[in-house]
Amino acid sequence: MSQADILAGLAAILEEVAGVDPADVTADKTFIDDLDVDSLSMVEVVVAAEEKFGVKIPDEDVKTLKTVGDAVSYIQRAGVAA
Amino acid sequence: MTASPRQVVVTGLGATTPLGGDVPSTWEGLLSGRSGARRLTEDWVEQLPVHIAAPLAVEPPLGRVEARTLDRSQQMALVAAREAWADAGTPDVDAERLAVCVASGIGGVQTLLQQHDVLRERGPRRVSPHVVPMLMPNGPASTVGLAFGAKAGVHAPVSACASGSEAIALALDIIRAGRADIVIAGGTEAAIAALPIAGFAQMQALSRRNDAPETASRPFDKGRDGFVLGEGAAIVVLESAEHAQARGARVHGILAGAGISSDAYHVAATDPTGAGAARAVRAALRSASLEADDVIHINAHATSTPTGDVAESVGLRLALGDALDSIAVTSTKSMTGHLLGAAGALEAVVTLLSLRERVVPATRNLDALDDEIALDVVRIDNRKLGAGAGLSNSFGFGGHDVCLAFTV
Repeated sequence: MSQADILAGLAAILEEVAGVDPADVTADKTFIDDLDVDSLSMVEVVVAAEEKFGVKIPDEDVKTLKTVGDAVSYIQRAGVAA
Repeated sequence: MTASPRQVVVTGLGATTPLGGDVPSTWEGLLSGRSGARRLTEDWVEQLPVHIAAPLAVEPPLGRVEARTLDRSQQMALVAAREAWADAGTPDVDAERLAVCVASGIGGVQTLLQQHDVLRERGPRRVSPHVVPMLMPNGPASTVGLAFGAKAGVHAPVSACASGSEAIALALDIIRAGRADIVIAGGTEAAIAALPIAGFAQMQALSRRNDAPETASRPFDKGRDGFVLGEGAAIVVLESAEHAQARGARVHGILAGAGISSDAYHVAATDPTGAGAARAVRAALRSASLEADDVIHINAHATSTPTGDVAESVGLRLALGDALDSIAVTSTKSMTGHLLGAAGALEAVVTLLSLRERVVPATRNLDALDDEIALDVVRIDNRKLGAGAGLSNSFGFGGHDVCLAFTV
């Protein structure tokens, strides 16, 4: 799956879970400070991303995903590994 | 209206109820004697012995994202609190002098049940990370506290069907003790779901007039057979008179006093001697520096259960004696059903409006007064009221008795 597809998929999840405008979802944005996604909603984003992209994102890895770009790269790598 | 600086005044009212999405529409519904009860149409209803309830008239007008992390009880509390805050003129108050007392009898039971289904059907990874803040009984108080930035304390007294009144009584104490200038206080309940209905039905507490929902809630009537479960929220903005006067606030009336007692009789059954209720009424009068003769109106707890309504009548006689004969009594629940932890807060709002507008809404469905009820219950037509004090009673499973005293 391309980075653009993953980015678009994450944007849809963020809109559903936290009401984030998809236009604001770019690789450089941080989830918490830039997109105002709190720690509880971040759990929902992760679970929805696992389902959408068919990957596993262990809890200990979630805290390394600071920016949207971090998550896109992680999901792309995890998708290749799977 | 003259209030001394140390008194506690009501400067804002808000509600969302089975009769309307705000206070004006709810009050209009009460004055016109409407019933909020109806037959439920959800699939889960058929298995139950009770098919009726009094749901909200207007679904909470919140945005999708705002609503999805709030239990229905929190949504309703937020809607009522926003109305009350706007009604109070969006007070300019030091956040460290603003407190919240918002109660729920049961808490986020719909979220609890829905997420239990998710756990069983889809596993723990699918359980919402919002489930704990949505089901905790202090969730609605927290929601309201966050919405208005209250930093003087957020409280959620839990006492079943007395919760809303107890929240207002606690708010009175907080302001009298000087711990806050303004308290946003009230109650909320969203328990129209299969499990609570089944449980209340097993207690023989609910009316089974499934074919005539609008006549099912009939407090004080010979033919009453239990209460109708309602849902909703009601919130008042309470303020020290000094603070209200300083900002030139419009004052609806005075929360003159509150009395709290406990039965120490049975976890769910009503004490037939009415002693606990009488102690709460006497305590409220003392707290308000009022005499029995000052009281012109009582908004009764009166849920429409066979034993509860009689015990309240007995308790009121015990507390007020012959003065009771010239007091106009009514039951809001005849029209709204029983809002459990929100009931006392809604009835506080209604008591205050009755005193301010000088009219008591008639008790609906009271065709034949039970011979054991020795009260002057307002029925058929609304009744004009003179000037004086009003009481609002609330009792709850667990043996909780709360009485609030208002003047205008």
